[in-house]
Amino acid sequence: MVTPQRPLSPHLSVYRFQWTMALSILHRLTGLGLGAGLVLLTWWLAAAATGPDAFASVRAFTGSIPGRFVVLGFTFSLFYHLCNGIRHLAWDFGFGYSLRTAHASGWISLMAAIALTLLAWMAGYAARGAL
Amino acid sequence: MTLRSPVGAARGLGSARAGTQHWWLQRVTAVALIPLSVWLGGALVAMTGADHAHFSAWVARPLNAVGLTLAIGTALYHFKIGADVVIDDYVHSEGLKIASRMANLFGAAVIAAVSAFAVLKLAL
Repeated sequence: MVTPQRPLSPHLSVYRFQWTMALSILHRLTGLGLGAGLVLLTWWLAAAATGPDAFASVRAFTGSIPGRFVVLGFTFSLFYHLCNGIRHLAWDFGFGYSLRTAHASGWISLMAAIALTLLAWMAGYAARGAL
Repeated sequence: MTLRSPVGAARGLGSARAGTQHWWLQRVTAVALIPLSVWLGGALVAMTGADHAHFSAWVARPLNAVGLTLAIGTALYHFKIGADVVIDDYVHSEGLKIASRMANLFGAAVIAAVSAFAVLKLAL
Protein backbone atom coordinates (compact mmCIF):
# COMPACT_ATOMS: atom_id res chain seq x y z
CA MET A 1 0.00 0.00 0.00
CA VAL A 2 1.48 3.34 -1.06
CA THR A 3 1.07 6.05 1.57
CA PRO A 4 2.01 9.31 -0.11
CA GLN A 5 3.22 12.02 2.24
CA ARG A 6 0.93 14.71 0.86
CA PRO A 7 -1.29 16.85 3.06
CA LEU A 8 -4.79 15.62 3.71
CA SER A 9 -7.74 17.75 4.86
CA PRO A 10 -7.60 20.10 6.72
CA HIS A 11 -4.46 21.77 5.34
CA LEU A 12 -4.97 25.44 6.08
CA SER A 13 -1.33 26.51 5.96
CA VAL A 14 -1.43 27.05 2.19
CA TYR A 15 -4.06 29.81 2.46
CA ARG A 16 -3.74 33.46 3.42
CA PHE A 17 -5.67 33.95 6.68
CA GLN A 18 -9.15 35.44 6.28
CA TRP A 19 -11.50 36.19 9.14
CA THR A 20 -14.21 33.94 7.66
CA MET A 21 -11.79 31.09 8.54
CA ALA A 22 -12.05 32.17 12.18
CA LEU A 23 -15.86 32.03 11.87
CA SER A 24 -15.57 28.54 10.40
CA ILE A 25 -13.41 27.19 13.22
CA LEU A 26 -15.70 28.98 15.70
CA HIS A 27 -18.58 26.87 14.35
CA ARG A 28 -16.65 23.73 15.33
CA LEU A 29 -15.57 25.12 18.69
CA THR A 30 -19.10 26.21 19.61
CA GLY A 31 -20.36 22.78 18.48
CA LEU A 32 -17.93 21.08 20.87
CA GLY A 33 -18.86 23.65 23.54
CA LEU A 34 -22.53 22.72 23.14
CA GLY A 35 -21.56 19.13 23.90
CA ALA A 36 -20.22 20.37 27.24
CA GLY A 37 -23.45 22.38 27.59
CA LEU A 38 -25.49 19.18 27.17
CA VAL A 39 -23.48 17.62 30.01
CA LEU A 40 -24.25 20.67 32.18
CA LEU A 41 -27.96 20.51 31.28
CA THR A 42 -28.02 16.78 32.09
CA TRP A 43 -26.33 17.48 35.44
CA TRP A 44 -29.07 20.07 36.13
CA LEU A 45 -31.87 17.60 35.26
CA ALA A 46 -30.27 14.71 37.16
CA ALA A 47 -29.81 16.95 40.21
CA ALA A 48 -33.48 17.98 40.07
CA ALA A 49 -34.45 14.29 39.90
CA THR A 50 -32.15 13.50 42.86
CA GLY A 51 -33.52 16.11 45.25
CA PRO A 52 -33.32 19.66 46.62
CA ASP A 53 -29.76 19.32 48.02
CA ALA A 54 -28.25 18.15 44.71
CA PHE A 55 -30.24 20.86 42.92
CA ALA A 56 -28.85 23.49 45.29
CA SER A 57 -25.27 22.47 44.47
CA VAL A 58 -25.94 22.96 40.71
CA ARG A 59 -27.48 26.37 41.45
CA ALA A 60 -24.46 27.27 43.57
CA PHE A 61 -22.20 26.45 40.60
CA THR A 62 -24.25 28.18 37.87
CA GLY A 63 -24.73 31.21 40.13
CA SER A 64 -21.01 31.57 40.93
CA ILE A 65 -18.80 33.88 38.84
CA PRO A 66 -16.94 31.03 36.99
CA GLY A 67 -20.28 29.23 36.57
CA ARG A 68 -21.84 32.32 35.03
CA PHE A 69 -19.00 32.46 32.49
CA VAL A 70 -19.62 28.80 31.62
CA VAL A 71 -23.35 29.49 31.12
CA LEU A 72 -22.47 32.63 29.10
CA GLY A 73 -20.24 30.49 26.85
CA PHE A 74 -23.09 27.99 26.52
CA THR A 75 -25.56 30.74 25.56
CA PHE A 76 -23.24 32.26 22.96
CA SER A 77 -22.35 28.81 21.57
CA LEU A 78 -26.02 27.94 21.19
CA PHE A 79 -26.91 31.13 19.31
CA TYR A 80 -23.75 31.24 17.18
CA HIS A 81 -24.03 27.58 16.18
CA LEU A 82 -27.75 28.11 15.44
CA CYS A 83 -27.24 31.23 13.28
CA ASN A 84 -24.15 29.92 11.52
CA GLY A 85 -25.83 26.53 11.10
CA ILE A 86 -28.67 28.20 9.19
CA ARG A 87 -25.93 29.85 7.06
CA HIS A 88 -24.50 26.38 6.39
CA LEU A 89 -27.93 25.03 5.41
CA ALA A 90 -28.30 27.91 2.91
CA TRP A 91 -24.95 26.88 1.40
CA ASP A 92 -26.20 23.29 1.16
CA PHE A 93 -29.06 24.60 -0.99
CA GLY A 94 -26.53 26.41 -3.20
CA PHE A 95 -27.15 29.96 -1.94
CA GLY A 96 -24.69 32.58 -0.75
CA TYR A 97 -21.40 31.49 -2.29
CA SER A 98 -20.30 34.85 -3.72
CA LEU A 99 -17.49 36.44 -1.71
CA ARG A 100 -19.62 39.47 -0.85
CA THR A 101 -22.58 37.38 0.35
CA ALA A 102 -20.37 34.95 2.29
CA HIS A 103 -18.72 37.84 4.13
CA ALA A 104 -22.05 39.56 4.80
CA SER A 105 -23.74 36.38 6.08
CA GLY A 106 -20.72 35.74 8.33
CA TRP A 107 -21.07 39.18 9.91
CA ILE A 108 -24.84 38.69 10.27
CA SER A 109 -24.44 35.33 12.09
CA LEU A 110 -21.84 36.72 14.46
CA MET A 111 -23.76 39.93 15.24
CA ALA A 112 -27.08 38.07 15.56
CA ALA A 113 -25.45 35.59 17.96
CA ILE A 114 -24.05 38.41 20.12
CA ALA A 115 -27.39 40.26 20.09
CA LEU A 116 -29.38 37.10 20.98
CA THR A 117 -26.91 36.28 23.78
CA LEU A 118 -27.35 39.76 25.27
CA LEU A 119 -31.15 39.53 24.94
CA ALA A 120 -31.23 36.09 26.58
CA TRP A 121 -29.11 37.31 29.51
CA MET A 122 -31.26 40.39 29.99
CA ALA A 123 -34.35 38.15 29.95
CA GLY A 124 -32.63 35.76 32.38
CA TYR A 125 -31.80 38.53 34.87
CA ALA A 126 -35.35 39.86 34.45
CA ALA A 127 -36.72 36.37 35.25
CA ARG A 128 -34.71 36.40 38.50
CA GLY A 129 -36.09 39.85 39.27
CA ALA A 130 -32.62 41.41 39.09
CA LEU A 131 -33.52 43.91 36.37
CA MET B 1 4.63 -3.50 -1.92
CA THR B 2 2.27 -2.32 -4.59
CA LEU B 3 2.65 0.58 -6.97
CA ARG B 4 -1.08 1.27 -6.95
CA SER B 5 -2.23 4.49 -5.28
CA PRO B 6 -4.95 4.28 -2.57
CA VAL B 7 -7.59 5.67 -4.95
CA GLY B 8 -6.52 3.17 -7.62
CA ALA B 9 -6.91 0.31 -5.16
CA ALA B 10 -10.37 1.52 -4.07
CA ARG B 11 -11.73 2.09 -7.59
CA GLY B 12 -14.11 -0.52 -8.93
CA LEU B 13 -14.87 -2.04 -5.52
CA GLY B 14 -18.32 -0.48 -5.41
CA SER B 15 -19.99 1.48 -2.67
CA ALA B 16 -18.56 1.65 0.86
CA ARG B 17 -22.24 1.30 1.97
CA ALA B 18 -22.20 4.45 4.06
CA GLY B 19 -22.21 7.00 1.25
CA THR B 20 -23.94 10.26 2.12
CA GLN B 21 -25.96 8.98 5.09
CA HIS B 22 -23.70 10.55 7.71
CA TRP B 23 -23.74 13.92 5.91
CA TRP B 24 -27.52 13.73 5.38
CA LEU B 25 -28.37 12.82 9.00
CA GLN B 26 -26.31 15.77 10.16
CA ARG B 27 -28.53 18.04 8.01
CA VAL B 28 -31.77 16.37 9.09
CA THR B 29 -30.90 16.76 12.78
CA ALA B 30 -29.75 20.35 12.09
CA VAL B 31 -33.17 21.23 10.64
CA ALA B 32 -34.96 19.54 13.56
CA LEU B 33 -32.76 21.45 16.00
CA ILE B 34 -33.75 24.89 14.69
CA PRO B 35 -37.18 24.87 16.43
CA LEU B 36 -36.04 22.53 19.23
CA SER B 37 -33.05 24.63 20.28
CA VAL B 38 -35.02 27.89 20.09
CA TRP B 39 -37.64 26.34 22.39
CA LEU B 40 -35.04 24.85 24.74
CA GLY B 41 -33.01 28.07 24.87
CA GLY B 42 -36.11 30.12 25.68
CA ALA B 43 -37.23 27.61 28.32
CA LEU B 44 -33.81 27.58 30.02
CA VAL B 45 -33.75 31.38 30.12
CA ALA B 46 -37.20 31.36 31.74
CA MET B 47 -35.90 28.79 34.29
CA THR B 48 -32.99 31.04 35.34
CA GLY B 49 -32.78 31.02 39.12
CA ALA B 50 -35.79 28.70 39.48
CA ASP B 51 -35.92 26.78 42.76
CA HIS B 52 -36.12 22.99 42.95
CA ALA B 53 -39.91 22.75 43.22
CA HIS B 54 -40.55 25.19 40.38
CA PHE B 55 -38.00 23.58 38.06
CA SER B 56 -39.19 20.01 38.79
CA ALA B 57 -42.83 20.96 38.24
CA TRP B 58 -41.89 22.56 34.90
CA VAL B 59 -39.99 19.44 33.72
CA ALA B 60 -42.91 17.24 34.81
CA ARG B 61 -45.43 18.88 32.46
CA PRO B 62 -46.01 16.42 29.55
CA LEU B 63 -45.16 18.86 26.73
CA ASN B 64 -41.96 19.96 28.47
CA ALA B 65 -40.90 16.39 29.28
CA VAL B 66 -41.43 15.32 25.64
CA GLY B 67 -39.74 18.49 24.35
CA LEU B 68 -36.73 18.00 26.64
CA THR B 69 -36.14 14.36 25.65
CA LEU B 70 -36.60 15.20 21.94
CA ALA B 71 -34.32 18.24 22.08
CA ILE B 72 -31.58 16.55 24.14
CA GLY B 73 -31.74 13.32 22.12
CA THR B 74 -31.56 15.13 18.77
CA ALA B 75 -28.80 17.45 19.99
CA LEU B 76 -26.74 14.50 21.29
CA TYR B 77 -27.10 12.66 17.99
CA HIS B 78 -26.12 15.81 16.07
CA PHE B 79 -23.18 16.31 18.45
CA LYS B 80 -22.06 12.70 18.07
CA ILE B 81 -21.85 12.83 14.26
CA GLY B 82 -20.29 16.30 14.32
CA ALA B 83 -17.61 15.29 16.83
CA ASP B 84 -16.90 12.16 14.71
CA VAL B 85 -15.93 14.48 11.83
CA VAL B 86 -13.71 16.53 14.15
CA ILE B 87 -12.01 13.32 15.35
CA ASP B 88 -11.50 12.12 11.76
CA ASP B 89 -9.95 15.47 10.83
CA TYR B 90 -7.54 15.89 13.74
CA VAL B 91 -6.74 12.44 15.15
CA HIS B 92 -4.38 10.76 12.70
CA SER B 93 -3.20 7.69 14.63
CA GLU B 94 -5.55 4.83 13.73
CA GLY B 95 -5.77 3.32 17.22
CA LEU B 96 -6.40 6.62 18.94
CA LYS B 97 -9.00 7.47 16.29
CA ILE B 98 -10.98 4.28 16.98
CA ALA B 99 -10.71 4.86 20.75
CA SER B 100 -11.86 8.49 20.40
CA ARG B 101 -14.78 7.51 18.17
CA MET B 102 -15.87 4.88 20.70
CA ALA B 103 -15.50 7.30 23.62
CA ASN B 104 -17.61 9.81 21.68
CA LEU B 105 -20.40 7.29 21.12
CA PHE B 106 -20.29 5.93 24.68
CA GLY B 107 -20.25 9.42 26.19
CA ALA B 108 -23.24 10.54 24.11
CA ALA B 109 -25.14 7.36 25.01
CA VAL B 110 -24.50 7.82 28.74
CA ILE B 111 -25.66 11.46 28.66
CA ALA B 112 -28.76 10.41 26.69
CA ALA B 113 -29.63 7.69 29.22
CA VAL B 114 -29.03 9.90 32.27
CA SER B 115 -31.04 12.85 30.91
CA ALA B 116 -33.93 10.61 29.76
CA PHE B 117 -34.02 8.88 33.17
CA ALA B 118 -33.98 12.22 35.01
CA VAL B 119 -36.82 13.65 32.89
CA LEU B 120 -38.92 10.47 33.26
CA LYS B 121 -38.32 10.30 37.01
CA LEU B 122 -39.54 13.89 37.40
CA ALA B 123 -42.47 13.42 34.99
CA LEU B 124 -43.90 10.07 36.07
